[in-house]
Amino acid sequence: MAHSGINVLFEGTNFARLMGGLWTAVWIAGLSLIFGLILGTILGMLRTLKNRVIRFILLLYLEFFRIVPTVVLLFLVYYILPRQFNVNWPAAWMAVLAFTLWVAAEFSDIVRGALESVPEHQRESGLALGLSQWQLFRYVLLPQALQLELPATINLATRVIKTTSLLLMISIMDIINVGQQIIEANNQNYPTGVFWVYGLIFILYFIIDYPLARWAKHLTAKQKD
Amino acid sequence: MKINWKKVITAGVTLVSAAALFVAANGVKPTHVNAALNESTVSAIKKRGQLRVAVFGDLPPYGWVNKDGKRVGYDVELARRMAKDLGVKPKFIQVNANNRVDTLNSNKADIVLANFTVTPERRQAVSFAKPYMKVSVGVVSPKNKKITKVSQLNNKKLIVTKGTTAENYFTSKQRGVQLMKFDSKTQQFNALKNNRAAALADDNSYLYAWVKRNPKYTVGIKSVGPHQYIAPAVKKGNSSLLNWSNKEITKLNKESFFTQDYNHQLKPYFGSEVKPSDIVLKQGK
Repeated sequence: MAHSGINVLFEGTNFARLMGGLWTAVWIAGLSLIFGLILGTILGMLRTLKNRVIRFILLLYLEFFRIVPTVVLLFLVYYILPRQFNVNWPAAWMAVLAFTLWVAAEFSDIVRGALESVPEHQRESGLALGLSQWQLFRYVLLPQALQLELPATINLATRVIKTTSLLLMISIMDIINVGQQIIEANNQNYPTGVFWVYGLIFILYFIIDYPLARWAKHLTAKQKD
Repeated sequence: MKINWKKVITAGVTLVSAAALFVAANGVKPTHVNAALNESTVSAIKKRGQLRVAVFGDLPPYGWVNKDGKRVGYDVELARRMAKDLGVKPKFIQVNANNRVDTLNSNKADIVLANFTVTPERRQAVSFAKPYMKVSVGVVSPKNKKITKVSQLNNKKLIVTKGTTAENYFTSKQRGVQLMKFDSKTQQFNALKNNRAAALADDNSYLYAWVKRNPKYTVGIKSVGPHQYIAPAVKKGNSSLLNWSNKEITKLNKESFFTQDYNHQLKPYFGSEVKPSDIVLKQGK
């Protein structure tokens, strides 16, 4: 019986299961990005205010999420929250929570940077027109900041998608976890299965992340013009 | 009307921080932990209609997923039976070796059935029910230079993997044996195939599975040193599920459920060299 290792991908429902795992990773990343970007925009706006207390609290928040490794965050929400606070959501929602807080922290810094790099005369002109603080954000600063922050945002999105590979640490059936199940289950019949399974996972992550990376590059190039 | 945004926002942030502190201070109180424990009593499981079992997903033949995506294995078959006898459905939570304890303590699962060996250190963290399987250190050697007694190993080289019970046993109890230590299973078996030593020691259940694929070798010593037991584990203090599990295991032993389980799940991996009695505990024990 000469087996070709690639067949391990098509035994039984293996391929469908891997795709199911990919979908789990994608929806968790997608939802976290949506929530995280909304929350991050608000926090980023707050960080441009003059109030020192708010800026200090938000800076602490940003530094906490930037310094603590994502895998530790996942462990915190999955194992410590239920034990200490009796919050027991399904693992996938816990992951969305951890990723959202992380994305919001990172994005708040991107938004702050973008808002601050909008030329000062724009802000002054807005104020001279009699716009309120909110109107100034809504009609003058945010639309201009949006263009500046887009490449960095796309980079953040690719990082979030890649980081979903840590979800297996908290018992979520993401693509890596399903891949390992398949490798171990087929070790006897397909000793080279590990190569094919991880190879496919590599290609799938690449297919999702590469267009995003290209888009970011394209936008950055356009801004330089 | 002009709203003073700074004040509104400062008030908001202060309120949120205060609320977070309050929740933090309250959450740490033990009353909450006790409330959470009740999620795993027999009556709570029956009410929920679901037994949450922590199992392995990548350790054939104990807990793994077959090509149809179905969870199977010696531990999984026991889990399905326990759920059936409780009159509920099993819900599987996949764990790794090092998060089995945390999964119980953070109420992610009611019971762990994941090749969990009973050790004094683990007894501090969780409660073990009656064991349903035994393992011990075995020694594998080439068929043409078979090692059947530990005394044959004196002044000879023996391969072990670091951190295993085999290494522990031979280091502390059999000082006459020269140990060659490796980091992984793959390395240790390769070393044996290259005749780097007279024999190799590891958990006997791994060895049974390995000799089935490598027929030139045999498990000459099936068991050396003390037996170790594999048992279900529940959260510490969950006496309701612990008592039920003990009764269940006694009952299953009487109807030789574990021998059938062995024949279904383990026999295809271990081959004919091994008898159910090498792995399954004696009835009524």
